[in-house]
Amino acid sequence: LLTDKSGPASLPAEDISANSNGPKQDSLFDDDPEDLFAEATEEVSLDSPEREVLLSDGPSPAITPITPPTSVITPKTCSDPFLLTLYSCFLKIEEEEGGDSFDMHISVSDPEKVGDGMNAYMAYKVTTKTSMSLFKTDEFSVKRRFSDFLGLHSKLASKYLHIGYIVPPAPEKSIVGMTKVKVGKEDQSSNEFVEKRRSALERYLMRTVKHPILLKDPDVLQFLESSELPRAVSTQALSSAGLLRMVNKAADAVNKMTIKMNESDAWFEEKQQHFENLDVQLRKLHASVESLVCHRKELSVNTAQFAKSAAMLGNSEDHTALSRALSQLAEVEEKIDQLHQDQANADFYLFSELLGDYVRLITAVKGVFDHRMKTWQKWQDSQLLLQKKREAEAKLQFTNKPDKLQQAKDEIKELEGKVQQGERDFEQISKTIRKEVSRFEKERVKDFKMIIIKYLESLVQTQQQLIKYWDAFLPEAKAIS
Amino acid sequence: MFHEVGGGGGGGGGGGGGGGVTDLTVRQGANQSAEEGASWLYTFIIGVVGLFVDLPPTMTSSIDESSKEKMRSVSVDLNHDASLLIDIPDALCERDKVKFTVHTKTTLSSFQKPEFSVPRQHEDFIWLHDTLVETEDYAGLIIPPAPPKPDFESPREKMHKLGEGEATMTKDEYTKMKQELEAEYLAVFKKTVQVHEVFLQRLSSHPTLSKDRNFQIFLEYDQDLSVRRKNAKEMFGGFFKNMVKSADEVLISGIKEVDDFFEQEKTFLLDYYSKIKDSTAKAEKMTRAHKNIADDYIHVSATLNSLSADDSTANKKHLEKLADLFEKLRKVEGRVASDQELKLTELLRYYMRDIQAAKDLLYRRARALADYENSNKALDKARLKSKDIPQAEEHQQHCLQKFDKLSESGKKELTSFKGRRVVAFRKNLIEMAELEIKHAKNNVTLLQGCIDQLKNN
Repeated sequence: LLTDKSGPASLPAEDISANSNGPKQDSLFDDDPEDLFAEATEEVSLDSPEREVLLSDGPSPAITPITPPTSVITPKTCSDPFLLTLYSCFLKIEEEEGGDSFDMHISVSDPEKVGDGMNAYMAYKVTTKTSMSLFKTDEFSVKRRFSDFLGLHSKLASKYLHIGYIVPPAPEKSIVGMTKVKVGKEDQSSNEFVEKRRSALERYLMRTVKHPILLKDPDVLQFLESSELPRAVSTQALSSAGLLRMVNKAADAVNKMTIKMNESDAWFEEKQQHFENLDVQLRKLHASVESLVCHRKELSVNTAQFAKSAAMLGNSEDHTALSRALSQLAEVEEKIDQLHQDQANADFYLFSELLGDYVRLITAVKGVFDHRMKTWQKWQDSQLLLQKKREAEAKLQFTNKPDKLQQAKDEIKELEGKVQQGERDFEQISKTIRKEVSRFEKERVKDFKMIIIKYLESLVQTQQQLIKYWDAFLPEAKAIS
Repeated sequence: MFHEVGGGGGGGGGGGGGGGVTDLTVRQGANQSAEEGASWLYTFIIGVVGLFVDLPPTMTSSIDESSKEKMRSVSVDLNHDASLLIDIPDALCERDKVKFTVHTKTTLSSFQKPEFSVPRQHEDFIWLHDTLVETEDYAGLIIPPAPPKPDFESPREKMHKLGEGEATMTKDEYTKMKQELEAEYLAVFKKTVQVHEVFLQRLSSHPTLSKDRNFQIFLEYDQDLSVRRKNAKEMFGGFFKNMVKSADEVLISGIKEVDDFFEQEKTFLLDYYSKIKDSTAKAEKMTRAHKNIADDYIHVSATLNSLSADDSTANKKHLEKLADLFEKLRKVEGRVASDQELKLTELLRYYMRDIQAAKDLLYRRARALADYENSNKALDKARLKSKDIPQAEEHQQHCLQKFDKLSESGKKELTSFKGRRVVAFRKNLIEMAELEIKHAKNNVTLLQGCIDQLKNN
């Protein structure tokens, strides 16, 4: 988190506090002055190998290794509320070095159905705990509904995406899932849907506030703090605004195909290819893990069925000791089926959702690259237009139309300004993207490592429980005589 | 001791097909370190020669005695009597047909040679079983259940699907999936060998059945047995007999049982059969789910490897470790599945069939009882008419004798059957629990190792 506070990559971790480059508390959130790559863009030529070193994706030694919380899954806590704390544990990140720290924890909890019928909605409690001076108090909560989150994202996207910031995408809408909840089905799948959504909303908020720029945004602050929020109606899936968005998306896609950019910067080409590959692989991995979740759930169900069958067999058995052993086997298998169910949840909430989140995040990253292309296109268009105007002006020199000539000269001046602005915009977005990508990659590596470790620990827990259960059964089996 | 089938397309009759050479050279050795205990680990080295078009390939496998000892999990106390030792050391799988090599070692003078081997097909085993069932003298015995037909349908179908989906996976993934399927194929193959072997060993260890003439012919006759096997007419007769038997099932519920022991056994066996049949099916579903999970791990591992290959950061090593971990985990998961299948599913399946055989004994006895009661009625009628009394009396005596003999033998058989069943269940449940613990511990070590590596990077 917050990698912007180190010097060159070769500095050892311990030097942090002594590092004069490290920004202080508030300036942490400033954009340009502490620009990590300021040096890079001004002093080093675009394709020099030195630049690569500074922009490398290796983990910044400014970050000390973070030890994940040592809490592990225990059987009695293996139920959905537990997983909520498990995942929140992961998201609570604390930097240990002295000085600045991102100390903020958001939790989304207490889903509550408000209203009836098709107008009903789920209200979630959003609680922020923080020690940062940005906020008035260090703990506060508000009530928000799903469309509020979408509205927040929509605003952030419109403000920041086109200038190169990777805005975390909001969780996906689900008409089917939500309809079930509205209609009032109090069943397993509705509960799972609500829990899945709650967890996703929480991750969304945490990712958003971990972004140093977005955290400062007034919309974000208002979202977290203010008790009343104007309803975001344009986020409805089947609204006119929604349809408009779809049309725009399609138009964008077509445009993207027709832009042929002269990429002079190998870094961007390389990164784009990198994200393409990553996208493909992550989607594949996500699909495999989803299949794993499905099969694990199946195993749980099959084990439960077997347990029942074994119990019946035990009842039918007329040899006393064997009958008892079979009943014990049935009990063991019943416990094991619960174990598999819990593991399936861990498979899903830790591994599968992580991958799903990153598939969506990478789409946002690709979007940001597309915006850069558009910016370039705009700049080129202005240049072309300027050239045309200049040619027209040259022609006008030979005619005797002083008014038209003056008009042409004015237009040229305006266009020259536009071209300069276009170039500045392009350079700015390129710079921003470099920073963002570097931050994103570091975040991604850390994210994965932390969650994978948590996931592996869940697998360890399951196996250790299995050992316990079978160990308890063994004497029962041996007691058959 | 191992056996190789090498060479090109020849291999066996079915090898031709659509231009695909399906030749599998299977060498296998069994690892038996002391701490393995009842589990068996096989290392297979499979080299595929030529295009892999269709299955089954030509496969032979030789299994040495001590590893077979471990495989023989469902029945105990077989094949210890040195006077007649039978085993199936070799089997050849061609297309759909399995050829078993039945090897006998004996000190009995009733056989021509002290040691000999003959090739036999599955149908030969069925013939032997059916002749034993139809032998009047054995009506009071539990005839060991016939081994089920070798069924390679499941892995074959999966292999077909894999072939179709080849384009969607990496080379590494495809290779691993294929290995898994080949292992599954081999497992089915081994199971069928075991089940046929156990059938013969049950016969050889039975005091009465081991002396059966047809059994001897089965073991000894060095020509093809198919001439002696059922011809169409006989088969029809057998079919008819099965139909009559189900009518008997209805009959049994109406017969008044005179003996408490048999009354109890009947109630117990009827109920137990349906329960164990259900348990077998459910256990099978559990095993299949484990196998699916193992397959998922293959895909996860392969994709992690691809991610690692594309990655140029320090993350690369993490991904490699993780890919490696999942590859190891899937092997363990695969073993969990196969051990569970062997110790639980196969156990249940075997005793389901054995209980059917015990039920058959009860049916035969019930028929004998019905016959006896009918003969009583006939005797009464004869006495009334004062006609054919001696015949009727003789018939009645004959029925009574038959019934008594059946009851006496039946009681012995059913009692020893229960003992056998309890012992087998005990052994297998213990072994299954031990194996589950072993695999879980293995998993913990693998996982913990990876976690530590990731944390300490």
